[in-house]
Amino acid sequence: MTFVAKPKAHHPKLPLNEIGLTRRDYEGSVSTLCAGCGHDSVSAAIVQACAELSLPPHRFAKVSGIGCSSKTPSYFLNKSHGLNSVHGRMPSVMTGSNLANRELYCVGVSGDGDSASIGLGQFAHIVRRRINMLYIVDNNGTYGLTKGQFSATNDKGSTSKKGVPNLYEPIDLVSMALQLGATFVARSFSGDKHQLVPLIKAGLRHKGMAFIDVISPCVAFNNHAGSTKSYDHVRAHMQNVVNADYIPEHDEITADYKPGSREDIDMPGGSTLRLYKLDDQYDPHDRVGALNYVQRSAETGDVVTGLLYVDPKAADCHDVMDTIRKPLNELDEADLCPGQNPLDSINAGFR
Amino acid sequence: MSVSYNDFVIRFANVNGSGSASANGMFAKALFRMGIPVATRNIFPSNIQGLPTWFEVRVSEEGYMGRREGVDIMVPMNAETLVEDIASVKPGGYLVYDNSKPLPKHLRRDDIHEVGIPIATMLLPEFSDPKQRSLFKNITYLGALSGLLNIEFDVITGMVATQYKGKDALIAPNIRALEIGRQYAYDYLDAPLPIQVRRSDKVGDRIMVDGNAAAGLGSIYGGATVCAWYPITPSTSVAEAFEQHANRLRIDTETGQKKFAIIQAEDELAAIGIVIGAAWNGARSFTATSGPGVSLMSEFLGLAYFAEIPAVLWDIQRAGPSTGMPTRTQQSDVLSAAFASHGDTKHPLLFPSTPKECFDFAADALDLADRLQTPIIVLSDLELGMNDNLSEPFEWDETRRYDRGKVLSADDLDQLDVFGRYLDVDGDGIGYRTYPGTHPDKGAFFTRGTSRDEFAAYTESPEAYQRNMERLLKKWDTAKTLVPAAEISSGKSRVGVLYYGTTALPMPEALDLLEPEGVVLDTCRIRAFPFGEEVKAFIDGHELVFVVEQNRDAQMRTLLITEGDFSPAKLVRVNYYAGLSISADFIQQSVLDYFQENKLPRLTEVKS
Repeated sequence: MTFVAKPKAHHPKLPLNEIGLTRRDYEGSVSTLCAGCGHDSVSAAIVQACAELSLPPHRFAKVSGIGCSSKTPSYFLNKSHGLNSVHGRMPSVMTGSNLANRELYCVGVSGDGDSASIGLGQFAHIVRRRINMLYIVDNNGTYGLTKGQFSATNDKGSTSKKGVPNLYEPIDLVSMALQLGATFVARSFSGDKHQLVPLIKAGLRHKGMAFIDVISPCVAFNNHAGSTKSYDHVRAHMQNVVNADYIPEHDEITADYKPGSREDIDMPGGSTLRLYKLDDQYDPHDRVGALNYVQRSAETGDVVTGLLYVDPKAADCHDVMDTIRKPLNELDEADLCPGQNPLDSINAGFR
Repeated sequence: MSVSYNDFVIRFANVNGSGSASANGMFAKALFRMGIPVATRNIFPSNIQGLPTWFEVRVSEEGYMGRREGVDIMVPMNAETLVEDIASVKPGGYLVYDNSKPLPKHLRRDDIHEVGIPIATMLLPEFSDPKQRSLFKNITYLGALSGLLNIEFDVITGMVATQYKGKDALIAPNIRALEIGRQYAYDYLDAPLPIQVRRSDKVGDRIMVDGNAAAGLGSIYGGATVCAWYPITPSTSVAEAFEQHANRLRIDTETGQKKFAIIQAEDELAAIGIVIGAAWNGARSFTATSGPGVSLMSEFLGLAYFAEIPAVLWDIQRAGPSTGMPTRTQQSDVLSAAFASHGDTKHPLLFPSTPKECFDFAADALDLADRLQTPIIVLSDLELGMNDNLSEPFEWDETRRYDRGKVLSADDLDQLDVFGRYLDVDGDGIGYRTYPGTHPDKGAFFTRGTSRDEFAAYTESPEAYQRNMERLLKKWDTAKTLVPAAEISSGKSRVGVLYYGTTALPMPEALDLLEPEGVVLDTCRIRAFPFGEEVKAFIDGHELVFVVEQNRDAQMRTLLITEGDFSPAKLVRVNYYAGLSISADFIQQSVLDYFQENKLPRLTEVKS
């Protein structure tokens, strides 16, 4: 089996974005996932978001772990480099990549097995480290490639395809991210691109780690009655609290929501992140409040979605470490090698 | 009574965390500054405070830097180990002890010299604070030793002045404590003793430094910009040295910002993951760990091998297996490093023997990793990494340029018709790579640990898989021509000795000890794996080769047999693995035993 490239020809009337590219310039190879897989919708949302933001499609670093989710970086942005690493370790590889070149857009794609089981430690620590990246978890509650075992995000009582209930408590990555001090935490659904695409745009523009937990049903092993990660179940239980909209710098901001429910946040480059609070009681800048809300809703079986928490003034890892603006991978001998002179005094210090 | 100069082993027995390290260090440094070759060894427990620790100094006009069996002068400052400390003194040796309380009768030996100094009693009227009294005990000992061994006093007082620069209030009491000890030695003891020191010129321009500091510094000179690590003895000071020097040498003069990034990762897996991610994106990067860390990093090392991503890993070996003896030295990760990871995986290894070589190999490893697009593992050990060793001074050739290997720029890509990441264009098994973000339309590829074709596309084709594996072997052959060659000294002997890393330290002495016994050995110091042609020539050119190493299972010998196709019969194992460093006495005895058991002719016997 070999990946198939999509045909290069496309409809001549496809709209061009600000840098003269069409959406096709942001696509990847043909997906080898199952027809109807939620992950393909997530890849499509990434393509749409990057195209609409007019980002140069070769200036991304795509990193993933192992699993169905981790195959997807092949299916978007094929002008960019991708690295399909080892199971659960996308965060460390992305950390290194971002340290080497802070100017690339970093997109890390992981799954629930990848991030909540084998890679839970790496997930926790990249949150602490504030790497400037978009971290997407394609969350389907199951191990697809090994044919349907429960993953750690599978809800207690949710059943397997054969009707066996899961006996163990789920790990909620959104709650963990909030608890560990993430500065951009969202949950979405692969079946709702109107919510997902703006979240991806905002996440790409956010400085620091933007985490989006995307419930993305597995049509082969976890889309049956009894599963809490099926299309039907998520649609029935989704509770959207804060919608995000990403507004480019030159678009006029029009007020079409009732006052008090809307908040505009300035983003780098003059653009605006607009939040629509669908629940008046919800404050997306209150980390502890967000954590409580998410946990309480889980008790009643609701799936809280939207931009749940954002700190627009967050610093990233490079700010914290105070590294120079120029990418480290562009430094040469003149920047890096101190030469013999300091070595003479270092030698003298060892005498 | 005859006097011997600059030739003894002195051992200080201390309690961990009692502040003895500074006085011990000054003792060794004073002799070094008098031009006398010294080798220092900390023998310490896996503990922060309270357990026994020893500091041993080998003083050798001949320049023998290996550990030597037996103690000539014992300074016991730890009641807990007094029995074994006294027992360790060679007959005719000296016990320099605090006789404020008399030595228990049953511990006294009539075959050694007791040199009692009432240190506690003398310090009582000098320092009212008991904590100060305890701290100055070490310095008073040093003062007494300066008298007993004839150490130039101004060398020591000069060090006190430098050490406490800025804390001037501490200088006078330190000097006072030194004088109390020295004066007692002159007034009441037969100072100097028949074992003593005198100024020499044998140090030359050498420096005294530990291998880990050299590795950290060399990584800066070699252009590493990303360091990721997880604390583990005995490797921790590699990353700490890198950070310490980088904070001085790698600061942008305009902005004051850092031209490096260092991350203390959550574990060894993350550390190597960060290194691989950074190297994939074109930054030179490295990590430092020990045996347990190599085990943890193995899966990632396989990815870097197969996906062909540079990485540099320092393994400062300690005594295994498992947690083993974390603060003792061994060379027991040779096989686990060479073949780290599942599948047909193998990695080039470098074996430094001195701090200078740690410095040089740090830069060389970064070049090799970029050139060969594969992980390079440098195998040092606790003996080299954590002890001050005499070393040639560090040098940097100003004309040297980093070898970044085969990397295509945007211009290169514009001139290329076809780009295939894994195409063997030059016939050396090494393809051309690109950094992420280089070109708007060309050169992007997907890096993966799964099988792929020459154009980096996923494939399960048996032919494509095998072609790729064969090309990796071709690259392995290229590596043989690029890694540091073995250092060979071949005379006319039919018997050779092969060794590497810190086993080189006692080797000159072992050879000198063997020669009068009629055993002359040619030498081969291996500096890298895969082995070059010179190693083959050396082994082929000798009837018998002793392979001396510091592990139980003769790991280098195994590597020679499996990877060099040498006959096991001619490779004689000599293995020391008790956790201390191997001594010349042990090598001499092992070789002589083999000669005797196998009735091999010695030179003297041949002549007669």
